[in-house]
Amino acid sequence: MAKRLDAKDLNIYYGKFQAVAEVTLAVPPRNVTAFIGPSGCGKSTVLRTLNRMHEVTPGARVEGEVLLDGEDIYAGGVDPVDVRRTIGMVFQRPNPFPTMSIKDNVIAGLRLAGVRDKSRLDEVAERALRGANLWNEVSDRLNKPGGSLSGGQQQRLCIARAIAVQPAVLLMDEPCSALDPISTLAIEDLIAELKKEYTIVIVTHNMQQAARVSDQTAFFNLAGVGQPGKLIEIDDTEKIFSNPGQQATEDYISGRFG
Amino acid sequence: MTTTELERPARPPVFHHLSTGRKARNHLATVLVSLAFLIALVPLVWLLATVVIKGWRALVSPDWFTHSLKGVLPDQFAGGIYHALYGSLAQALVCAVIAVPIGILAAIYLVEYGRGWLARLTTFMVDILSGVPSIVAALFIFALWISTFGLEQSAFAVSLALVLLMLPVVVRSCEEMLRLVPQELREASYALGIPKWKTIVRVVLPTALSGIVTGSMLALARVLGETAPVLVLVGYSQSINFNIFDGNMTSLPLFIYNQFTNPTAAGQLRIWGAALTLILLVMLFNLIATVISRFSAIKTK
Repeated sequence: MAKRLDAKDLNIYYGKFQAVAEVTLAVPPRNVTAFIGPSGCGKSTVLRTLNRMHEVTPGARVEGEVLLDGEDIYAGGVDPVDVRRTIGMVFQRPNPFPTMSIKDNVIAGLRLAGVRDKSRLDEVAERALRGANLWNEVSDRLNKPGGSLSGGQQQRLCIARAIAVQPAVLLMDEPCSALDPISTLAIEDLIAELKKEYTIVIVTHNMQQAARVSDQTAFFNLAGVGQPGKLIEIDDTEKIFSNPGQQATEDYISGRFG
Repeated sequence: MTTTELERPARPPVFHHLSTGRKARNHLATVLVSLAFLIALVPLVWLLATVVIKGWRALVSPDWFTHSLKGVLPDQFAGGIYHALYGSLAQALVCAVIAVPIGILAAIYLVEYGRGWLARLTTFMVDILSGVPSIVAALFIFALWISTFGLEQSAFAVSLALVLLMLPVVVRSCEEMLRLVPQELREASYALGIPKWKTIVRVVLPTALSGIVTGSMLALARVLGETAPVLVLVGYSQSINFNIFDGNMTSLPLFIYNQFTNPTAAGQLRIWGAALTLILLVMLFNLIATVISRFSAIKTK
């Protein structure tokens, strides 16, 4: 179930370019951690190293450790496929599988892992869709294509798909940036629900959102173009937004730059 | 009566009428474009009309699709293209059975795995192969299959030459289709803990399926009419031969080429009839491609 995540001395590179330097942070279980900061500061990059999605990009590489309940996911011999099964991800743009129905989308993770038991798949589909607050809207058209839903529903479908495989941690990369305010509210309510069971890390450009949904907030910044992004500070959300420890954080959250 | 200062418009109107010069240029361009369209259409319509007018009588004869030319005299209005139709279809299908899987797998390699020199080499080779004239492909297979391996001329040798011509088209179209599949879908699948090969088989290929099918069918339609390989690699036969590995086998282009030396009215009718059959066959393949892609297309409603 929900596990804690610790990143230690992360240095992240795209080819020769160092995108992120010296990030150390701790994400407690059943807790929402928000990553904020200006564009290009490496928030998404850090997020993608937390489930080894980063290395899908050609030339990308990571130094440092990411510990899931004390176990290094970058240790030799660890299968990235296992890591990603344990640490799920929701992306910026809703990306349901276009060839699959709503239900097939939700159970894709289990079915493609070889689960064939139909009653179990049905049960998981319903539980995940209820968990994503989507069941009432789609229960009468589970066999319609996933692409037929609205943007906000598609994103909740993607969340249902991610929680159907029961990950220990859920990473969200700007999950609301392509959505209207009402859908955004639905997703935020959902995050508040999900944190009872999951460890959640969310990247957001929207500081109000970070303030609304998260328990702790990490502020990333970069010294200039071509410089690596750095973690400036991480603390309780309330403290970051009322009395941050660093001047740069203060300037950013009060809208003086970024 | 003079207009006072107050009655005059404050500014001249913003919008003017079209000037005569622009109108004239517009007309000229319209005429030129329409003319070019008509000129491009003329040979097409002319060709189709000629083939239909001269060949339809052959197609309505009861024996056309059901009989070969076995025992038919050159000037006799009898027999049909049964043997040639079988030959064309058999050679093209054998070619497709070999070329489509190799082409799809090569495209998967190029899009999903290919990095570095091997991928560049493959792309380069596919480019070169797509520029190879059909006669060169035919001569290559002749040199390999008949001169080097010492095997007989056969329909299978024709299929091999067709593979060389079809392969680059299949690789190219599949590559394009696979590249159209958004990277986000692959990542969504990885994020569920699905391995890469399963992501390709269960997510990427189904998403690109309709395009891959269309591309393959169009490539098949193209090789149906290839003439050089059948002239070089297989002999002409008046009668049906079901064995693609042995003996002479006529295909539609070979049938047309053979009847070309038959000056009688019956021979002329056979040429046009076979030409019309070939055109209809290619049309049929294109139609099937459209239908299949319609059915396998991604549905959003």
